[in-house]
Parts: sequence; C-alpha cells; structure tokens
Amino acid sequence: MPHEWLYLLIFLVISLFIPAFAIGMAALLSPKKPSPLKNSIYECGIETVGSSRIQFKAQYYLYALLFLVFDVETVFLYPFAVAYNQVLFFGVVEVVLFVLILAAGLAYAWRAGALEWV
Amino acid sequence: MSFIADPVTFIINWLSSVLSGWGIADMWVQFIMFVLGAGILAFGAMIFTIGLIWVERKLGGRVQDRIGPNRVGPWGIFQTIADMLKIFTKELITPTGADSTLFNLAPILAMASVLGLWAVIPLSPTVFGTNIDVGILYLIGVGALGELGIILAGLSSNNKYALVGGFRAVAQLISYEVPFAIALLIPVMFSGSMGLNDIVASQKVAFIFQAPVAALVFFIASIAENGRAPFDLIEADSEIVAGFNIEYSGLKFGMYYVADFLHAFTSAMIFASLFLGGWRGPGAELYPILGFVYLFIKTAAVYLLTVTIRFTVPRLRIDQMMAFNWKYLTPLALATLLVTAIVDKAAPAGQGLIRILLLWAANAALFFVTDRIVTIFRRNREKERKVVSEPRPVPIAVRPLPASESEVNS
Repeated sequence: MPHEWLYLLIFLVISLFIPAFAIGMAALLSPKKPSPLKNSIYECGIETVGSSRIQFKAQYYLYALLFLVFDVETVFLYPFAVAYNQVLFFGVVEVVLFVLILAAGLAYAWRAGALEWV
Repeated sequence: MSFIADPVTFIINWLSSVLSGWGIADMWVQFIMFVLGAGILAFGAMIFTIGLIWVERKLGGRVQDRIGPNRVGPWGIFQTIADMLKIFTKELITPTGADSTLFNLAPILAMASVLGLWAVIPLSPTVFGTNIDVGILYLIGVGALGELGIILAGLSSNNKYALVGGFRAVAQLISYEVPFAIALLIPVMFSGSMGLNDIVASQKVAFIFQAPVAALVFFIASIAENGRAPFDLIEADSEIVAGFNIEYSGLKFGMYYVADFLHAFTSAMIFASLFLGGWRGPGAELYPILGFVYLFIKTAAVYLLTVTIRFTVPRLRIDQMMAFNWKYLTPLALATLLVTAIVDKAAPAGQGLIRILLLWAANAALFFVTDRIVTIFRRNREKERKVVSEPRPVPIAVRPLPASESEVNS
C-alpha cells in the first residue's frame, strides 16, 4: 500500500480514538446520578407537547438539491483545474460554456423562488 | 546545525535508526513511526486548542472594552485548564428516548473531522503529515464529516429544538460548501496540482496577490463553514435554545466547543497555506524550522482577523445567510472562476509582472461590476419599499373651526 494513504488511515483512526478516549475518561470521572427529571427532554422548562419527530420542511430538500448540482459541477471542474496549464484556450471556452449552463440553472432556480427561505 | 535547522526530521531519523538498530523490520519501523507521528500531531493539535481558547477570550474581551479572564494564573492563562478540569467532572446526561449510539458518536465525529484536517497541511518544507496528491478534495471531504456529527446530534436527541437546529445548521453548512469548493479551484488552477505541498511550493508570488477576490470568497465561506460569527446561528446561546446541542452536557458539549475553536485555527492555517504562501519566506528552504515560524505567523494573523470579526459584526438571520450565499457568494465565486480562467490563459506565459497586473485588473473590474449590480439591486428594492410604505392621504374627518367660533361665549 502506498505510504501516504497508510499514514492517512492511521491518522483518521487516531483522530477518532482521541475524542472517544477523552469522553471515556470523562465518563469515568463524572458522577452518575440519573433521575427522571434530569433525563427528561428540554422544552423551555415545560412538559414536552407532541412528538419530537416534527415535519421536515421541503425547503431543506431544495437547498440540498442545489448543493448536489453545484457539488457535482465542482467535481467535474477539478480535473480541468489540475490540467489547466496544459489546456488550450479552446478548453477554457468549453469550461466557460459549461459553467454558464449551470449558472443558467441557478438563475432559473432564483426566478422560480426556490432560493427563498420559507 | 542539523538539529537546530530541522529538529523534527532529525528526531525522526534518529528514532528510525534506533528502531532499526533493535532489529525490527523496515516495514514495521515505518508503521511505528507513522503511528507515533500521527499520534503526536493529533494530540498536539488538541492540546494547542487550550492556548487558542485563551487567546480568543482575551482578545474578545479587549474588543469589548474589558479585560478577559485574569484571575487563574498570570494573565489568566490557566483559565482554560480550569474549565477543562471542571467539564471533565460534569455528569454526562443522556435524555430519555435518545438513540444512545448516535448520541455518543456525534461529538466524536465532529472532533475527528477537524483533527483529520491536520494530516495534509504542510507545516514546513520537510514536516508534513502526508503528501497525498488530492489534498484539496480531502480537505473538502473530511471537513464535511463534521456536518454529519451535527445532524446526528439533532436526530438522536429526542428533542424538537435539536432537530430543527440540526436541519438549519446542515442547510447552512452545505450551502456554504459550494463557494468554498469553487474558490478552492483557483489555487489548483494556478499550481496545476491538488496536493497542498505542490500548491505551497509553487507560490513564488502568494496567490492572494494573484486572485484576491477568490481569497475573499474562500475566507468568508470558511468562516461560514466553521459556524462562527457572523454565521453562528447554529450554535448561539440565544438562538433556538443553543441549537443541535441542547441535550449535551459535560465533555460531549465540550467536544463541540473545542472542535469549533480548533476548526477556526485550522481554517486560518489552510488559508495561509493556500493563499498566503504557507511556509514560504526568506531562508525557509535552508532552515526548515523557519518555515514553521512563518506559517505560524501568517496563521496567527488570519486567526486574529477571524476573532476580531467574530466580536465586531452582528449575527445574520438564517434567511439572510442563505440569500447571501446563493444570490451573492455563489455567483461571485463562479464569475471569479471564469474571469480568472480566461485572463490567465490570455496573459503571456510565466509568472511575470504583466500577468499579475492583468489578474489584478480583472479582479478589480469584477469587484467593481459586482458592487454596481448589488447597488442597483438594493436601490430598486428600496424604491419598491418606499412606494409601498408612503402614507396614503387621509381625508380630514373634522373640519378645522373658523377663528370666530373659537371665542369663548361669555
């Protein structure tokens, strides 16, 4: 396995382990006196009313959709950016057209009111 | 000279030779060195946060015309340690009905995503975690793991407010990923590689002088990604009752807090590496320890700017934040990308002065045009508002009395 990625794996495992270890230590050092009042759900000091699984607003879905489109566009643009120094001017024109098509999509979403926070 | 010039590499070489001298196979020596290096880097980053919190509290106090903590130790430097000891001994309450696996996993993920960023940042010409060739994509990806921690916290606490807070937080964070990723394309374009070592090595002229608008967009997007002011709606104490971490107590809450401060410093370090030249400076190649000093100075400058902004600018509402991102920052980022791509290709080759001046002119023109568009847009909207809110002429219900009738009848 190439050495760089092995280091990355070790680093990620260690960075998962360090906060887990810290929280484990805190679990050892802290008092454990659960009571029904302490464990009850917080709702500004009153008893909870209704289910805690409230409705998911559709606006969040629209933001996620826009993010998806632009993130995939960015992923397509990264190989262009890496090869930028060897690309001819024609390639730059192609990428400009690509970005303009997606920007037209953003303009359409804007005019259609998909960007308003309801 | 070798130890003073480059202490870390000296110690690494010495330790490797000691381990090989004990007869351990080469592969295992490397593995042990990796584990030690990763452990020291991650642990050091966490311990460094103690100093960061102290700096932020003192500087915040000065901006707000008060002294920060100054009782615990000289200039209050032990305040953070005292707070840490206190928070270690607080009871860890799990609310009824909460999904305990996800509830416990969320702060671990939030912290791990910030620590993981330290693996790819070049701290000096010879000291870095790892030199993968897709460092930028790794930064974006691992930085986004923290959002997973937030939505898990919101979902697994059995609490309406945590859920709504989690939704809003993730909506804000994914929205600001878009200009973040697009602005990161510009250094990749200039240096021809996604690896951070190559980007830093190719900055004979720092990229902030070649692409100032992209640097500004990246700076704003990274502050918003971090969730600090003015974008700190997701975790502010007075908003939606502290958002997604209502039900967290003790060290689990402390993990989010520490992750927030460490993320601010790490974002400053990434900005310094990508746009300010990282470890570059006079004499850094010969004496790598100087490279570390330069990086630290640049990062400290950007971090202090971030802290000052936090205590200066008021908080944005969630709809203002979203409008700012989708209607201003993303189009600006896309326009910067296109303008930089076209001008850089059209300019003469090499990193000459003409190319830099052309880029400056293009960026200034872009900024000017954006400013004009925003001013026209705002003027139109104020005109609309003024038309709507002018009072309608109301007919006088009572006729004013003529002067002769106002005399008192005697």
